Amino acid sequence: MLAKRIIACLDVRDGRVVKGVNFEGLRSAGDPAALARRYNEEGIDELVILDITATLEARRARAATINAVARELFIPLAVGGGIRSEDDAVAAIDAGADKVSLNSAALADPALITTLAGRYGSQAVVVAIDAKLEGNQFAVYARSGQEPTPREAVEWAKEAEARGAGEILLTSIDRDGTKRGFDCPLTAAVSAAVSIPVIASGGAGGLDDFVDVFTTGRADAALAASIFHYAETGVSALKRHLISRGIPVRI
Amino acid sequence: MIALIDYRAGNLTSVRKALAAVGAEVFVPSAPADLASADGVIVPGVGHFGATRALDRAWVDAIGALLKAGRPILGICLGMQWLYEGSEEAPDLHGIGALQGSCARLIARDVKVPHVGWNSLNVSAQSSEAWIARGVPDGAHVYFTHSYAAPVTGDCVAVTRHGNSFAAMVERGPVAGVQFHPEKSGDVGLRILRNFVERAG
Repeated sequence: MLAKRIIACLDVRDGRVVKGVNFEGLRSAGDPAALARRYNEEGIDELVILDITATLEARRARAATINAVARELFIPLAVGGGIRSEDDAVAAIDAGADKVSLNSAALADPALITTLAGRYGSQAVVVAIDAKLEGNQFAVYARSGQEPTPREAVEWAKEAEARGAGEILLTSIDRDGTKRGFDCPLTAAVSAAVSIPVIASGGAGGLDDFVDVFTTGRADAALAASIFHYAETGVSALKRHLISRGIPVRI
Repeated sequence: MIALIDYRAGNLTSVRKALAAVGAEVFVPSAPADLASADGVIVPGVGHFGATRALDRAWVDAIGALLKAGRPILGICLGMQWLYEGSEEAPDLHGIGALQGSCARLIARDVKVPHVGWNSLNVSAQSSEAWIARGVPDGAHVYFTHSYAAPVTGDCVAVTRHGNSFAAMVERGPVAGVQFHPEKSGDVGLRILRNFVERAG
């Protein structure tokens, strides 16, 4: 049976993980490769490196960081932030990324999805959608949630799939950083509308938040950053909890 | 030396890094004639079966000659599908036909297709004797990303179910294939690559 995936996100700036790290015994706190290694030992299923300054400051995700992580970890690695063109995607994939995550660039130029899917296959193209509840619909925002767009999340996800996206990374702006749980209505609406996997992001606080998003939210994968960084929730403890609730995960 | 075939179907970097991690020496042949010196050959790949069009008659002949000499071959994902007679994804093309059968689209019966993520291998007790499966426990999870797959036949070493059951790992003499990505399947995947490298000698 296909396992639900637990994905850790490393928010990187200038080659260092930001949002802080607090692992006991991790000497080089903030080093993406050291943190990635730790997650791997705990059984993380996939990693996302997000160069959080890249889009705003037009920086590319740093090849050295990608390379350092990919050299020793043999699980899927996605890279986002600053993938604005085919050349940016090529640089990330050449450095060792398996997937690139497009957000603002896909909104500005949806044809980029098709171009990259044609070159590398759909499995290499993740479209990241940042959405916020406005009235009775989920509005899509660009540029790290700062810039409104005319798009609606469910329709944009369907279009992204039709254009060749292989996965949707769906972040709730309302829940991001709140630890109030994932946005299950948003996730379920998008998951029901597309046949590609949906990764839920934003709001992870406790173990049961993951149970909720895999059941009510119909997510295929769930992503979190700070709760793993601070070791509030160990990956292995989380997986044991999911199994006890009847949710299939990789051990 | 292991020959890693580059036919522009996806990214070789991951496979190269994983082979380096298990201590293999790897080269990417620029022409079919370069294959003559290979101890084994890996056909990687992701994406559409149409990409295998680049593996033309000269490549088929060179790889076929290696197989006749008993050198092992490992097909990964699309590379495994190419070991069969063909795929309904690109009906006008043929695979190398080292394995019998043809690949078909997964049936989206209460599941999403493409099949993306970690799924478990059903490894039968007798299959654990297979050289490619040595040390791979029944129930081990490996990372898949595909929409088409090969049928369950006598060559199957491990079967996985997603919508329908399909060949996850196959072996017939020196020919082996994995539908998943060993280069992205953690320690289990590295073990499978090591099994191949040891067989190549």
